[in-house]
Amino acid sequence: MPKLKLPAPPIPLPKPLPKRPGAPRQTPVETATEAGISAVDWVDERTSLSGAARWMMFRKVPRGTNWFYTLGSSTMFAFLSQAVTGVFLAMYYRPDAAGGAYESIRYINNEVFLGEFVHGMHKWGSSVMVILIFLHMARTFFFGAYKYPRELNWGIGVALLILTMAMSFTGYLLPFDQRSYWATIVGVNINGTGPLVGPYLSDFLRAGPEFGATTLSRFYAIHMLLIPGIMAALIGAHLYLVAKLGTTAPPWLKPSDPVKKEEKA
Amino acid sequence: MPDRHQTKSKYTTDRRIPGAFEGETVSRRRFMTASAHTAGGVAAMAFVLPSLAFAMGPIFEEQDQPWQDVGSTDEFDTETYVPKTITIASGVGEAGKSTVYMRKYDPQVDVEPKDQYNDFIALSTRCMHLGCPIRFVPAAGRFICPCHGGVYNFRGEVDGGPPVRPLDRFYTRVTSGGRVEVGRRFSVNSEIERFSPRDPGAPLDGIGQYLYPSRPSIRKLPNT
Ligand code: HEM
Ligand code: FES
Repeated sequence: MPKLKLPAPPIPLPKPLPKRPGAPRQTPVETATEAGISAVDWVDERTSLSGAARWMMFRKVPRGTNWFYTLGSSTMFAFLSQAVTGVFLAMYYRPDAAGGAYESIRYINNEVFLGEFVHGMHKWGSSVMVILIFLHMARTFFFGAYKYPRELNWGIGVALLILTMAMSFTGYLLPFDQRSYWATIVGVNINGTGPLVGPYLSDFLRAGPEFGATTLSRFYAIHMLLIPGIMAALIGAHLYLVAKLGTTAPPWLKPSDPVKKEEKA
Repeated sequence: MPDRHQTKSKYTTDRRIPGAFEGETVSRRRFMTASAHTAGGVAAMAFVLPSLAFAMGPIFEEQDQPWQDVGSTDEFDTETYVPKTITIASGVGEAGKSTVYMRKYDPQVDVEPKDQYNDFIALSTRCMHLGCPIRFVPAAGRFICPCHGGVYNFRGEVDGGPPVRPLDRFYTRVTSGGRVEVGRRFSVNSEIERFSPRDPGAPLDGIGQYLYPSRPSIRKLPNT
């Protein structure tokens, strides 16, 4: 039987030689740099994370990569912005259908320091994210990036798109004003028009046959816990596949295209 | 007694299970792996299933729909509709209230047979397109929906626009003290036959009643 062989432990770099006598003393910047490096080294020695970071960040990208390739990351930053502003909105928001929800949003907008700003970021950011996700999807579509071997990543993308829509739908109810109430009534009833399962689906969304006491808290839990968790996991898988498979070259580049002069240099 | 170990096991040899002793149908390693996975699955189901059931419970639970007093019998006539407010969901204050349009049963107008539950007609304001609140316009004698232009006639039947069936109704009854009470909701098809409540957008004529089944959470009164 072959002997079990563990990978060799990462060996720390040799300590730098002491400075020659008379050499200038270390500047604070040098000290800080050294401290930073040794802190990173300390973590890396115990986790080997630098390999993963290098794998993710220093990938080879095809010739012709252009600004359209930033749309995916833009979508991700829109998601992160929604996540962060949403967490802070949750510090003031109350999912109380008897009037507390509306009052808490009014309080955020009118009384809380920067409340209107953070609420506005979340509110407008949701539209920004929907626009960006469609642009990103259009990019991958028109560049043929959905083809083999990236079909699974397209599939994950479709799931993310649906979840983003579900976020918009469940978030719209939360201010609990006339507009969000009636828009949600209409939205739930659209769900209900699906044959056979529709009636049960809308009962599930409303937590019963009528828009009732737990409908709002149900939407709130779906909006801020359930879907964001799933989305974060799926974005992780999406990015893993991007790094694993590499990105596609733009379709106008043919393999036979001669490499342009300036790119050779 | 013949020695069972003399013959080669039909399981181990034929199936070429590596690491299995003769006569074993499964190797010890596989058995341990399977038990560990089963234990993990059971542990996960122990929290996933109750949580799912917890979230889905309201689908199967019948909601309480008590009788509610809306006024005395002399407040309503056959000529026009009187709006009254009832509670359709408790515990949410204003958001749980809804308007019903009330009038007296009129043999000249109404097509459905008279029984103990329709001395007074109570129409729901829920539009049967997608659920916006409709409004009675006395000058037109019709109900108008603000959302997508649904129009209903005096009996609540669709006159135009996207709605798929006549307005929902509520059972009514008269108490011995001469008070009118409004009870459960029911849905109607174009013949004003009573059905268990359906959501807006669900037609009840033809195969509609089977495509959009009634739900355990809300039912009409039995045998009506
Ligand atoms: C939350 C939403 C999403 C995020 C955060 C996200 C993020 C990303 C990122 C950062 C990339 C790297 C390349 C690039 O930016 O173009 C990428 C690639 C990709 N995405 Fe998305 N994406 C999302 C939604 C979608 C959707 C809706 C689709 C399509 C249905 C999709 C399909 C793809 C495909 C096929 C690739 C591979 C592109 C290639 O190999 O050239 N993604 N995604
Ligand atoms: S909801 Fe009434 S017409 Fe659409």
